[in-house]
Amino acid sequence: MANIMYWEAIQRAHDEEMARDPLVICMGEDIGVAGGTYKATKGLYEKYGPLRVMDTPISEGGFTGLGIGASFLGVRPVIEIMSVNFAWLAMDQMFNSAAKVRYMSGGQLTAPCVFRSAGGAAHQLGAQHSARMEKVFMGIAGLRVVTPSNPKQAYGLLKSAIRCDDPVFINEHELMYNMKGEVPDGEYFHPLEGSEVTRSGTDVTLFGYNISVHWCLKAAEILDKQYGISAEVIDLYSLSPLDRAGIKASVSKTHRAVIAEEDEAPVGVGAEVIALINEECFFELDAAPVRVHSALVPQPYNHTLEKAAIPDHEDVVKAVLKMFGKA
Amino acid sequence: MKIEDKQRVLREMVLHRRFEERCYQAYIERKIGGFLHLYPGQEACCNGVMEAARPGHDYVITGYRDHVHAIKCGADPREVMAELYGKETGSSKGRGGSMHIFDAAHHFMGGYALVGGPFPLAAGIAKAIQLKGGDEIAICFLGDAANNQGVFHETMNMAALWKLPVLFVCENNLYGIGTSIERSTAVVHQHKRVAAYNIPADECDGQDIEIVYEHARRAVDHVRSGNGPYFLELMTYRYRGHSMSDSRGYRSREEEELWKQRDPIFILRDRLIEDGALTMAGFEALEKETDAYIENEVIKFAEESPEPRVEDLEKYVLADRDTQLPWITGKAA
Repeated sequence: MANIMYWEAIQRAHDEEMARDPLVICMGEDIGVAGGTYKATKGLYEKYGPLRVMDTPISEGGFTGLGIGASFLGVRPVIEIMSVNFAWLAMDQMFNSAAKVRYMSGGQLTAPCVFRSAGGAAHQLGAQHSARMEKVFMGIAGLRVVTPSNPKQAYGLLKSAIRCDDPVFINEHELMYNMKGEVPDGEYFHPLEGSEVTRSGTDVTLFGYNISVHWCLKAAEILDKQYGISAEVIDLYSLSPLDRAGIKASVSKTHRAVIAEEDEAPVGVGAEVIALINEECFFELDAAPVRVHSALVPQPYNHTLEKAAIPDHEDVVKAVLKMFGKA
Repeated sequence: MKIEDKQRVLREMVLHRRFEERCYQAYIERKIGGFLHLYPGQEACCNGVMEAARPGHDYVITGYRDHVHAIKCGADPREVMAELYGKETGSSKGRGGSMHIFDAAHHFMGGYALVGGPFPLAAGIAKAIQLKGGDEIAICFLGDAANNQGVFHETMNMAALWKLPVLFVCENNLYGIGTSIERSTAVVHQHKRVAAYNIPADECDGQDIEIVYEHARRAVDHVRSGNGPYFLELMTYRYRGHSMSDSRGYRSREEEELWKQRDPIFILRDRLIEDGALTMAGFEALEKETDAYIENEVIKFAEESPEPRVEDLEKYVLADRDTQLPWITGKAA
């Protein structure tokens, strides 16, 4: 096990896959000569050259479509959208071309491409650089959506996404690139479907994904130490498809659910997980499931307002205490 | 063009014309649903360019007016008609419809229904050819109105920057749906627009197949020789409306008549008659023979083919699960 950063894990996955298969390429803004805004492609340009590590013009719709077109002929492009906010400009190609081509061609063509993007609110980046957009991607037929919460997942999910024949959107987080964690020394493929029990518990299930897994873990610690509540933490690294069986199993055990998401609440992961709980195990519930989420505002620049807009572990603790009648 | 090639292409163009007219009829009879965009009037564009290229070898991509391009690449007209009928035997197994004809085996990479959407896909196909080192080229057929999309400019820039082997064919039929080019586009001559990206470009009559062929030959040679992209504008006209719901109230009947006097099939027919390689009776027999083929083979096949099974509704959304298990479950060898 190597203790490496999230960006190093992503870089390693790129490097291994590019060394293995000459048709694996990567493309995006500043990913080559400049080494990538978050260093996720550092050193690859020097190693694999400009034909396979493509510094693109700032044309998200254009270069995303170009990568998708190349994938029709078996090229496996890893397309970096520097910030998920810019993905709006590429969504026509992602949704109308990549996600639908297999279906509308009756299985003749497929788009085995990977879209990687840094999402999430960082520090005072304002309304147009702070979007959380996983909820937009997870409702699209033909597109897989995964979101790594640690370096091991970042490495293993990218490896699996490159090998998979389906288009995969990988939702990363601006604040997590320097997070350290254990990554296996040998080659490792993280499953593209499912969920992980990150912490086992009996009284309530805290569902998180990406950065909110860490709020849930911190909250579980506090709930255990200060309030004697045993919380289970489930990491929903796959947002599309969601792990129906895993969600059902945990809620059937704990009978209570809190979903923590950095996205705004209307139409999102929380809403979808609660719908699944209703469908799968409504009569197992001892309390109405609760969402912890951001305020429905364009992200404010002001530090205090920004903090007020986004939840953290304290909000998860509060939600659980309220559910148990302790707040 | 050689006489025998002209004779063959005339047969093909008559098939293309009669196929589309038969689609019109089937649509009226409600055998075909959805949107239907027909090609009559523009036949010399697709045929002239593809005669200069290598159908089935070069990769072709286009918009939603795509039946004829698919057939020209090698798609079976019966399967294209079955697709329009929504049948399991259709070229896209009934999942695509008129706007989404595909024939990957013949390198027809599909019809797409977002105006301008195929531009970057075509450049990507060319990028894949470049990476793999093949001698194919990518050919992107789109209408003039697509050039007003942002991805047109983004794609021209990248195609020129990376010297991608892609030929952009602009079939300028003067209307974007129901808005004339003068009313929608600041620069009417489309080939001038790519000068901004240092892409060589050319414009010619799109009704006379021999003219199209000569210009396309230079274009194809340029791209295949590794000189990067090329833009060819063909001046043409669609006889019918944009789609079936269009009553053509935005243009005059006089204008339509003027263009019909320059019909691409009649131009080629008359030239072959002049050359002594065809008689009017021979042409009329060809039309009859074509209609009989369409009725007895194409329509019959579409009519008699089975519907897709409802149990297969979700088939083709994602790749076959069994083949993807190592990545879905993480249990890779």
